Amino acid sequence: MIEMGDRLTALIADRAPVAGHRPWPRYEIDHDAWLAVAQALGEGEGDLLSLWSENDNVHLALRVKGAAAPCVVTVRVKIADFPSVGRYHAPAIRLERALRDLYGFAPLGMPDRRPWLDHGAWGMRAPLGARPPAARRDPAAYDFLPVEGEGLHQIPVGPVHAGIIEPGHFRFTVNGETVARLEERLGYVHKGIDGLLTDTDIERATRVIARISGDSTVAYGIAFARAVEEALNVDPPPRAKILRGIMAELERIANHLGDIGAICNDAAFSIIHAHCGIFRERVLAATDRTFGHRLMMDRIVPGGTEDAGPGAARGLLAMLDEIEKPFAEIVRLYDATPSIQDRTCATGIVSPALVEQWAAGGHVGRASGRNFDCRRDLPYAPYDNAQLVVPVFTAGDVDARVWVRIREVEQSVALLRRWLADLPAGPTRVPLPPVEGAREGIAMAEAFRGDVLVWVRIVDGRIARCHARDASWFQWPLLEAAIENNIVADFPLCNKSFNCSYSGHDL
Amino acid sequence: MRTLLLKSLFLRPLTMPAPRPEVAPPATEEAILTELGRALEVRARRLFGRSITIREVDAGSCNGCELEIHALSNAIYDIERFGIKFAASPRHADVLLVTGPVTHNMRAALERTYAATPAPKWVVAVGDCAAGCGVFAESYATIGAVAQVVPVDLVIPGCPPKPIDLLKGLLSLMETATAKVEP
Repeated sequence: MIEMGDRLTALIADRAPVAGHRPWPRYEIDHDAWLAVAQALGEGEGDLLSLWSENDNVHLALRVKGAAAPCVVTVRVKIADFPSVGRYHAPAIRLERALRDLYGFAPLGMPDRRPWLDHGAWGMRAPLGARPPAARRDPAAYDFLPVEGEGLHQIPVGPVHAGIIEPGHFRFTVNGETVARLEERLGYVHKGIDGLLTDTDIERATRVIARISGDSTVAYGIAFARAVEEALNVDPPPRAKILRGIMAELERIANHLGDIGAICNDAAFSIIHAHCGIFRERVLAATDRTFGHRLMMDRIVPGGTEDAGPGAARGLLAMLDEIEKPFAEIVRLYDATPSIQDRTCATGIVSPALVEQWAAGGHVGRASGRNFDCRRDLPYAPYDNAQLVVPVFTAGDVDARVWVRIREVEQSVALLRRWLADLPAGPTRVPLPPVEGAREGIAMAEAFRGDVLVWVRIVDGRIARCHARDASWFQWPLLEAAIENNIVADFPLCNKSFNCSYSGHDL
Repeated sequence: MRTLLLKSLFLRPLTMPAPRPEVAPPATEEAILTELGRALEVRARRLFGRSITIREVDAGSCNGCELEIHALSNAIYDIERFGIKFAASPRHADVLLVTGPVTHNMRAALERTYAATPAPKWVVAVGDCAAGCGVFAESYATIGAVAQVVPVDLVIPGCPPKPIDLLKGLLSLMETATAKVEP
């Protein structure tokens, strides 16, 4: 019997990795081997972690099922084409559409040839490739997938939504109250981040990375800093590592509190929303006092962190004391109120098979049985000996996604208490050494909504190219599956329980 | 839930306290908020009767600004006590609160939202990106300042601005707006 992942392992077994790519190996492969990788991914032999492009290369990060570490494979485009991965492995489709829009490459045999990020408003095509000028198109013109059947009608929503949220378009096809299909159209907040992260200095890139998705600024900061540190072989001081962990867990708590409240609010159970809003504000007030910024933007830099203010540990512990018990009370309220659970249970179910296929991270994956958390499974400081318990639920509904968040808040509080009790003193930054030539680094970090991945190529101390992949890439498509056969009125609930990033996805 | 509700009945409100006229130079954030709240209430009432309604438009932000605008509605800042509320439709709005470096992909949506807002209307550009000095200013995909797309009455800088800065900004908008209506 062939073990899972054997074919993928065999494909790369005898190859020599590219020099200077750390910590995971990168292999240059030809079109045939690339095709075989795509097919193996399609047959479930591994997880697609990202797909991106630079110059004439297309890179694909993957993790073979059962393997300890991921790897990267690279194919060189022939003129402008390469074999489509999306043809065999659906999670790659939107990444390929984005790559085609940005670079003008043609994934051969790609199943969906519609543009994704390019809405025809840039005045050019392939802005990171040949940049041929293009006439501006009507941004509303887009070929939504046809839906046929008796009694169906469509509800277009967005890009400007009713709440204070990011823009995107949702096209619902409904039969009475029941959603027959949801199709997302994203890309409205495309800011050209891949372009801004091409040929720039590290300092500037750090500021851009911190703003890929404001709610995950710490997680992106950590992933980017670690990728650069891996590339340049730098080890940040112990205090910086712990401070990074503290900031990451504070960010997770703040976001989860906001989400738990907002999900309940979308089911008109506003008392939980009100209380969670207060808890969240307490956390942000404490982060502001401790780190000088409520969202902790620009605190993490390659080589370390900005230092925390004096009395950091005492202040943060006091904040945890203040919210921990009241939060437990709110959790009991959620648990003991059938009227809210009537809305969240069995609503917006995502199957375990789908989260496995998409390698969906965060609460989306862990609510449907995918037992993965980068903090535990691809450990990095300060989680390498953190004894983290990863909560996993199997119902796959809105309720399960709420519970993942609740349990993660509790875990984060426990981690923070341990770190804050024993916060090492000392410096928080080391200078980056001048390194000549090309170096590459890759890192993943667990943001509150799932794993983010950052890859960098540094040439003579400058960022030649940097790529960032948000957890949302592998969650947005599953939202389309989650809402199927649910009623329109439950969409806000499903959407909030996912809380995907528009900015992190649109780049 | 009954215990929780009962407890809430006897707790003091968590909202930063109501205006106290005698507060001299406000030192703490709480005091600033108190002062602001008072000033805001007077002006909002003079101009708009009892309330103003805001429509928020994300024109390309990283969602940091949205998080802080959201916070205005929590029990601590409780912006609704000043008669300021957020609306779901621009057709119900007096003020557009716009964030982000205005991506080319959002330009048409922003213009249409502005057109759908009835006059008199005011536009507040929130955050460094909307002010034109954010990290995304120089990109093929962005236009830059909100002012390059729709007329802007006020800029609230910050990356992102804190809720207290947003409140201060709304206060100064009241002053500008008053001047605009009663020259």
